[in-house]
Amino acid sequence: MFHWLEKNPFFFAVAVFVVISFAGLIEIVPNFAEASRPLVDMKPRSVLQLAGKNVYIKDNCMSCHSQLIRPFKSETDRYGPYSLSGEYAYDRPFLWGSKRTGPDLHRIGNYRTTDWHEYHMMNPAAIVPGSIMPAYKHQFTNLADIETAYAEAVVVKNVFNTPYGDEFVGTKEAWAAYKPKVLAEAKVIADNMKNKDVKEAVAKGEVPEIVALIAYLNSLK
Amino acid sequence: MQSNAALEYDYSVAKLFTYTTILFGFLGMLVGTIIAAQMAFPELNYLLGEYGTFSRLRPIHTNTVVFGFTVSGIFATWYYVGQRVLKVSMAESGFLMAIGKIHFWLYFVGALIATVSLLLGYSQAHEYAQYTWPIDIVIVIIWILWGISVFGLIGIRREKALYISLWYYIACFLGISMLYLFNNMAVPTYLFTDGLGSVMHSVSMYSGTNDALVQWWYGHNAVAFGFTVPIVAMIYYFLPKESGQAIYSYKLSLLSFWGLMFVYLWAGSHHLLWSTVPDWMQTMGSVFSVVLILPSWGSAINMLLTMKGEWNQLTENPLIKFMVLASTFYMLSTLEGPIQAIKSVNAIAHFTDWIPGHVHDGVLGWVVFMIMSALFHMAPRMFKREIYSKKLVEVQFWIQTLAVVLYFTSMWIAGITQGMMWRAVDEYGNLMYSFIDTVTVLHPYYTIRALAGVLYLAGFLIFAYNMYKSMTSSKEITEELQFKTPMA
Repeated sequence: MFHWLEKNPFFFAVAVFVVISFAGLIEIVPNFAEASRPLVDMKPRSVLQLAGKNVYIKDNCMSCHSQLIRPFKSETDRYGPYSLSGEYAYDRPFLWGSKRTGPDLHRIGNYRTTDWHEYHMMNPAAIVPGSIMPAYKHQFTNLADIETAYAEAVVVKNVFNTPYGDEFVGTKEAWAAYKPKVLAEAKVIADNMKNKDVKEAVAKGEVPEIVALIAYLNSLK
Repeated sequence: MQSNAALEYDYSVAKLFTYTTILFGFLGMLVGTIIAAQMAFPELNYLLGEYGTFSRLRPIHTNTVVFGFTVSGIFATWYYVGQRVLKVSMAESGFLMAIGKIHFWLYFVGALIATVSLLLGYSQAHEYAQYTWPIDIVIVIIWILWGISVFGLIGIRREKALYISLWYYIACFLGISMLYLFNNMAVPTYLFTDGLGSVMHSVSMYSGTNDALVQWWYGHNAVAFGFTVPIVAMIYYFLPKESGQAIYSYKLSLLSFWGLMFVYLWAGSHHLLWSTVPDWMQTMGSVFSVVLILPSWGSAINMLLTMKGEWNQLTENPLIKFMVLASTFYMLSTLEGPIQAIKSVNAIAHFTDWIPGHVHDGVLGWVVFMIMSALFHMAPRMFKREIYSKKLVEVQFWIQTLAVVLYFTSMWIAGITQGMMWRAVDEYGNLMYSFIDTVTVLHPYYTIRALAGVLYLAGFLIFAYNMYKSMTSSKEITEELQFKTPMA
C-alpha cells in the first residue's frame, strides 16, 4: 500500500490529511459545547476595559505575564483562587500567556490599585526594587482606541451573542451616543491618578492608553 | 529528451530564498540577542522608545525566526531538492517559473510589512500567530502559491516514486495550511460594523478555554510542521547526498513518517496542563507526547545509522558534523519535550525559563544547524563555486555549539530554580519567596544566556560571510559535483 501511495501524490496527500485531522476532531471539537459557558451572572467587559485589553495586547504584556492560576496551594496562596473555565468565556482572544517572567495577573484587580499601577507603569523598578520590567511611559501620551473597542463589543454581541445591551449598534450615530459613557468611566480612573497630563487629556474627552489599561487591570478579579 | 546528460536544474528561485534565509536569520537572531540582553540588563529596553521594549520585540524575534528564517529555508531547499528528486527542471515550465518568482516577491514584501506591523503593535495575541487578519490573507496566498509550486512540479515529474523528503514537504504544506487557517479564524470588527474603528482589528472566533485549545493545537503543531517535518525532509536529502551513503532503513522511514503524522497533533494540549482544559485532554496530551519519542527518534536513529561504517567523515567533513549534531540535538529535544509534558514535571517547568531553553536546543541545535548545512551543500551547486573557507565552517561550528550548550544549560538551571522557588514553603507552610526574589536570582543565568546569544549570532555572521564569499569570489567549479561539498 505504501509503495502505491508513494506513486500517487493525490492519494498520498489525502492519506496524510486524514491522519493529521484525527487528533483535532477527537480532542478539540468536543470541548466546544462544554467550555464556552460563562459563570452565572457574569458580565462582559466594558468598552473602556476592552480598550485596555487591546493596549495589553498591543504592548504584548502576555509575553511575560500569565492569566492562569493553577490549582496548587503555592499558586492560590500567591495569587488567589484558581482560575475557572467559565471566567474566560468572553475572552477573545484568551490571554493566559506561556511564561511568567513577571507574576500572574488573573486576579490583580483584587490587590493592586489605580495609583499603584500609575507609578508602576511609569517606573517599575522604583516600586519593586530589582524589577526587570520596562517602563511604559508612552502609555501616558498615546491615546487608546475606544472606537475600535466599541466596534468589538458590537461584533461580539451580534456574532457570538455576548450579552451587551440594546444600545450597542454598529453605526456612527450609536457610537456618538455611547461615547460619553466611556469617557465618564475613564474620568473615574483619571480622578484616582496623579498625572496632570492624563487628567487634562481625559477632561478634553481623550483617553490615554494608561487609563484604559488600568481599567482593564482593575477588572481582573 | 536528455537521456544521458545530467539535467540542468534552474536554481533562480532557490537562490532568492537563500538570500532571505540569511537575511531573516540574521535579523531574527539579532533581535533575539537584544531581548535576551534586556532580561539581564533592563536599561536596554529604552533604545528605541515605545518600539524597543522587550514585549514589543519578542514577537518580532519569534516570527522572524519562524516565518522569516525557517520558512525561507524551507522554500529555498524545496526549490532545490524538489527539482532534483523529481528529475525535472523548473525551466521546463514557464508557468511554474512565474509562480515561483511571484511566490518569492510576494513573500519578501509581505514579510517586511508583517514585521513592521508587529513593531507598531498590531497583534491578535496568539503566539506565533500574532499577525492581524489582512496580513493573514497575504500569508494564505503565499502558502497557496507554494502549494501550486509543489504539486505543479510533482505533476510534471519524470521520477514516478516520491522520495521520502517529498513526503515531508507535502505534509508540511498540508499541516501548516490546516493549522494556520483554523487558528486564525477571526471576525474583522471594521467590516462587521459601519466602518467603526481600526481596519486591522478583529475578534477571535473562539473564546477562552476553546481559544486556548485551538491556539496550542496550532502552536505545538506549527513546531511539528514548521520546525520538524520540513527539517526532516532536508536531512533525508542532504545527509545521504553529502555523505554518499544510502538511507539506513526504508521501513524505519515509513514508521517514523506515518507515526509522526498520527501522533504529533494530539500532543498540543501538553501546553495546557493544569489549566481549565478538561482533564482527559490534558492526559491525552501527556501520553501522546511520550509516545512521540518513537517516531522522532526513529528518524534521528535512521540518520545516525546512515553514517554506519563512515564515521571517519565526521572528522573530514564539517557539514557531516553539522548534520550529525543536528540529529543529536533533535534527539535531545524530543526527549526533553516529553519529560516536560509529564504532569508532575510540568507543574514545575511550565511558565519558567526551562521552556525557552527547550525551544532553543531544538531550534538552534537542530533547525538552524540543518538549514545552514543545507545551504552550504547547495551553494557550490547553485553558484558553481567552492565553499570559500573550510576553516571558517569549523570555527563557526564550535562557536555555535558552545553557544547552544551555554543557552540550554543556563535556562535549565534558571527554570528549575524559578519553579522550585515559586512553590517553596517554610516550616509553617507559608511561601518562602516573594515573586521578585525569583526574578533577581536569575540574573547570572540571564547574563550567560545573553552571552550565548552573542556567540551564536557571531557564528551566524561567520556563516553569512562565508556564504557571501562562496557566492561571489571563491574558486570556480566546472565539473558536475558528486557528494562531498568542495571547500577551500
